[in-house]
Amino acid sequence: MASLAPTFGRGAMTNHWVDIKNADVILVMGGNAAEAHPCGFKWVTEAKAHNHATFIVIDPRFTRSAAVADIYAPLRTGTDIAFLGGLINYLLSHDKIQHEYVKAYTNAAFIVKDGYSFDDGLFSGYDGATHKYDKSTWAYEVGPDGFAKVDETLQNPRCVMQLLTQHFSRYTPDVVSNICGTPKDLFLKVCDTIATTSAPDRTMTILYALGWTQHSVGSQMIRTAAMAQLLLGNVGMAGGGVNALRGHSNIQGLTDLGLLSNLLPGYLTLPDEKEPDFKGFIAKRALKPLRPGQMSYWQNYEKFHVSLMKTWFGKAAAKENDWCYDWLPKLDKVYDVLMAFELMHQGKLNGYFCQGFNPLGSIPNKAKLIDGLSKLKYLVVIDPLATETSCFWENHGEYNDVDPSKIQTEVIRLPSTCFAEENGSLTNSGRWLQWHYKGAPPPGDAKPDADIMAGIFLKLKELYQKEGGAFPDPILNLSWDYKIPRSPAPEELAMEYNGKALADLIDPKDKTKTILKKGQQLDGFAQLMDDGSTACGCWIYAGAWTEKGNMMARRDNSDPSGLGNTLNWAFAWPANRRVLYNRASCDLSGKPWDPKRKLIYWDGSKWTGADVPDFKPDIEPGNSMNPFIMQPEGVGRLFGLDKMAEGPFPEHYEPFETPIDTNPLHPKVISNPAARVFKNDMEAFGKSKDYPYAATTYRITEHFHFWTKHTRLAAILQPEQFIEIGEELAKEKGINAGDRVKVWSNRGFIKAMAVVTKRIKPLQVNGKTVHHVGIPIHWGFKGIAKSGFLANTLTPFVGDANTQTPEFKSFLVNIEKDRR
Amino acid sequence: MALQSLDITRRSATTIPSPSQRQTPEVAKLIDISKCIGCKACQVACMEWNDTRDVVGTNHGVLDNPMDLSENSWTVMRYAEVQTDRGLEWLIRKDGCMHCANPGCLKSCPAPGAIVQYSNGIVDFHEENCIGCGYCITGCPFNIPRLSNKDSKVYKCTLCSDRVAVGLEPACVKTCPTGAIVFGTKEDMLHHAEGRIADLKSRGFADAGIYDPKGVGGTHVMYVLQHADRPALYCGLPKDPSIGAMVGLWKGAAKPLASFALAAGALGAFLHYVTKGPNKVSEEIEKEFENEK
Repeated sequence: MASLAPTFGRGAMTNHWVDIKNADVILVMGGNAAEAHPCGFKWVTEAKAHNHATFIVIDPRFTRSAAVADIYAPLRTGTDIAFLGGLINYLLSHDKIQHEYVKAYTNAAFIVKDGYSFDDGLFSGYDGATHKYDKSTWAYEVGPDGFAKVDETLQNPRCVMQLLTQHFSRYTPDVVSNICGTPKDLFLKVCDTIATTSAPDRTMTILYALGWTQHSVGSQMIRTAAMAQLLLGNVGMAGGGVNALRGHSNIQGLTDLGLLSNLLPGYLTLPDEKEPDFKGFIAKRALKPLRPGQMSYWQNYEKFHVSLMKTWFGKAAAKENDWCYDWLPKLDKVYDVLMAFELMHQGKLNGYFCQGFNPLGSIPNKAKLIDGLSKLKYLVVIDPLATETSCFWENHGEYNDVDPSKIQTEVIRLPSTCFAEENGSLTNSGRWLQWHYKGAPPPGDAKPDADIMAGIFLKLKELYQKEGGAFPDPILNLSWDYKIPRSPAPEELAMEYNGKALADLIDPKDKTKTILKKGQQLDGFAQLMDDGSTACGCWIYAGAWTEKGNMMARRDNSDPSGLGNTLNWAFAWPANRRVLYNRASCDLSGKPWDPKRKLIYWDGSKWTGADVPDFKPDIEPGNSMNPFIMQPEGVGRLFGLDKMAEGPFPEHYEPFETPIDTNPLHPKVISNPAARVFKNDMEAFGKSKDYPYAATTYRITEHFHFWTKHTRLAAILQPEQFIEIGEELAKEKGINAGDRVKVWSNRGFIKAMAVVTKRIKPLQVNGKTVHHVGIPIHWGFKGIAKSGFLANTLTPFVGDANTQTPEFKSFLVNIEKDRR
Repeated sequence: MALQSLDITRRSATTIPSPSQRQTPEVAKLIDISKCIGCKACQVACMEWNDTRDVVGTNHGVLDNPMDLSENSWTVMRYAEVQTDRGLEWLIRKDGCMHCANPGCLKSCPAPGAIVQYSNGIVDFHEENCIGCGYCITGCPFNIPRLSNKDSKVYKCTLCSDRVAVGLEPACVKTCPTGAIVFGTKEDMLHHAEGRIADLKSRGFADAGIYDPKGVGGTHVMYVLQHADRPALYCGLPKDPSIGAMVGLWKGAAKPLASFALAAGALGAFLHYVTKGPNKVSEEIEKEFENEK
């Protein structure tokens, strides 16, 4: 998400599941859709069967996806930027880009500020002491009119196109093959196939998941892919886009509703401690157009923010008090999970609420986590299952070798319902909010999460009322107008995030007309106001529950265009649009690039078609407004400005634990220079002389994370922990299929059964043979599958420099037959 | 076993003619291996629908699990990593009863009505009539039926005859996320397969084809194979399956003799019962039986 928003404007899957069937080429890389998303994968088989699509899989392992692929190419884990950088170089040097699209809809023509440079692995502005960049040179040249300068001829040596070409010229097929270990002929075959989609009537979709996000350079991997799609003209097209396949059924909803430590609902952000002033806070976010005539939709930021504050604090939020701005926490740093466990480890964080989350399984370096949890005063776990986290203090032999008598943490377990035991909506990868109904009552005393949170909140409020406190205002003034305060209904919460009018809304074009009466549900976010007359709990969800009722519960699957957009099925944010940036599916004159894939078109007076136009509906073609309406410059970004931590262009950096000890592109800068590494964790990184094998963790179809080991059927299908190694490594180590092996990193060990396979091959990388060890994650010491070790005993405590998503996909281990 | 007696066209060890009034179309399940991702959802659906649960076993150094068909696992995925002229291929085959038009199990079964065939082609076991002799296992050219230690009866896929009887597709078909398993009339399935084979040929699988072996009269579970010339690549799928020689003999020349022998045996047993009273099994023999289990 942290790379799609800087590139396109919104941090979400650009297209949707059904749309995959429209693709001509499907690239699965940084994911394993067949294995991890088997139901959505049906659209890949549809595209193959009915659209004659070519299906490409690139992965260190020959996966279940690869089993049904037309082309499979291996690569070393953690080297995707090198591969995709090589693809970009191929497209540019073979003139396989969609010229008209690139010129009009990307920032290829924009002039970059003097002072920007890239030299020997580092961009301009690096401070080696803080591991951070001063990004002031990562910007456009701005003219006296306040607009960015462009060169339509793309010849200016400082224009993005020229800098891009120069940057990626280093990624030749030989360099790619040397870094990735991908055979050169296979790499070129992949490039050839992908390059066919530069034709305006051919598209490629890219499907990825945690295989990209879980690297120290994960966001930049995704950005490289997004840039390739811009060059090919595949963004905004049916069957195109960059498609993040979300794992948990509602993980898209989680980020949409702002459940990250620095976010507010709808991708609004919390202020940091240098922003004490409301006006400055808004001004920094309500971006003015950087080119003439652009929509720059974030200009409306204040409307979204004020409406959110009205939802939260009701009458207490007023213009006079800056809509309770002072009540919002001001961040001194980002409190992601790695930071939280680091603080626990340091003894600075001593109470922890853990809701729908099993960090002992899901966060790297289990030893550090146990240490942190053991230092807590209390741990509250809200979950339907008895998770490992809630039982971290139990001794389970070598699977969890702790001494309970030494752990003083008070653990409180609050059983919650699971999704099938309550009404509600789930937001899928394609941004569809789909309402579902309770299927069964919960067992025992389990309660919906909302009831549990309400109980805690009401008790807190009571204590504040009785005893006062340092800062009672936000708690005492929080709106809580639910019919049963101890049990807010899912329907009430849904209506709240849609939003409503707090006063009669008058039509600005015709003052005699009332658009909405006071108290009515909003039709969409276009009605939001910054004067306190609207309330909206999540602006991008406006339109989900209108006066017409629950739009998420709609189940009309009629599909007149045949493109699978089904506009009357559920509700998609934003504004029920199914394919984001769909204005880019038409040329400048408003004619679809591909008549077979007519998403929208200009009918002479307005934009219309098979999708809700992602554009101002009455702006005629030829006007200067461009398709990427969230961006101040209106175009897709090949040059990422200052939006990413480690550079405006992606660059290949090695994983923090690299099997080759160097970065062949620039040996002085091996790994991500802008990553945050805590002191002790740096010391816990292993070296290739002790840990010679590249390891990667992953999921398998039979299980879902750490949940399904609690269910009998899934436990039957894959009962016991295993790891996968290639036949060559197995032979070297004297390991046979079905042997028990020990795998260890610098942080701990696991033991598991060995699956020996032809599907993992040794790769030749920088003059060295690199073997992979594959480590599925699903086992632990709770549940009815055979007990196993948490795979994150092995993984390193470092994350992506933008998102802090841990580097689960690339680290080093050693392996031997278990001699027990 | 939920289709009605009206639909039965053949039953084991029975000479009474079957009803022939009602006509039903011949059905088939088509498994397209080129679309299969080996997710095992079919294994789950099968256990759920039929209310069977296999044991939580162990890992055997491969992804297959459970490792083999059993009285509780009527279908399993079998994973083959093979090196072909195209490079590495991972051929994943859903194994289970093929529902032969000419079923070796039914022919070899000595228990009247323990195995039946319906007019739609489904071959079904009626376990209440099963005597646990295991002849069907010997008679099956695909090694499918499995004898339960618990009740000494034999189990296998029913092609969800209970679902099909009320117009539903088999549970595995319903659940298959990629549409690799489809179900319909045999005619429609053959037609569907043609389209799939054409697609595979266009992707360079020159020998793509359907698996509907004639040696057993064709089957009501068919495969689309990328390499139809080499079915053995798919975890030993037999190239030319046929009903074994002994079963042929049993049902051919030997049948009247066997019937006579059976009748004579039954008569002998009856006389024995009349003259000596019921058999008592000695405790030693009983113990021996227990140990075998």
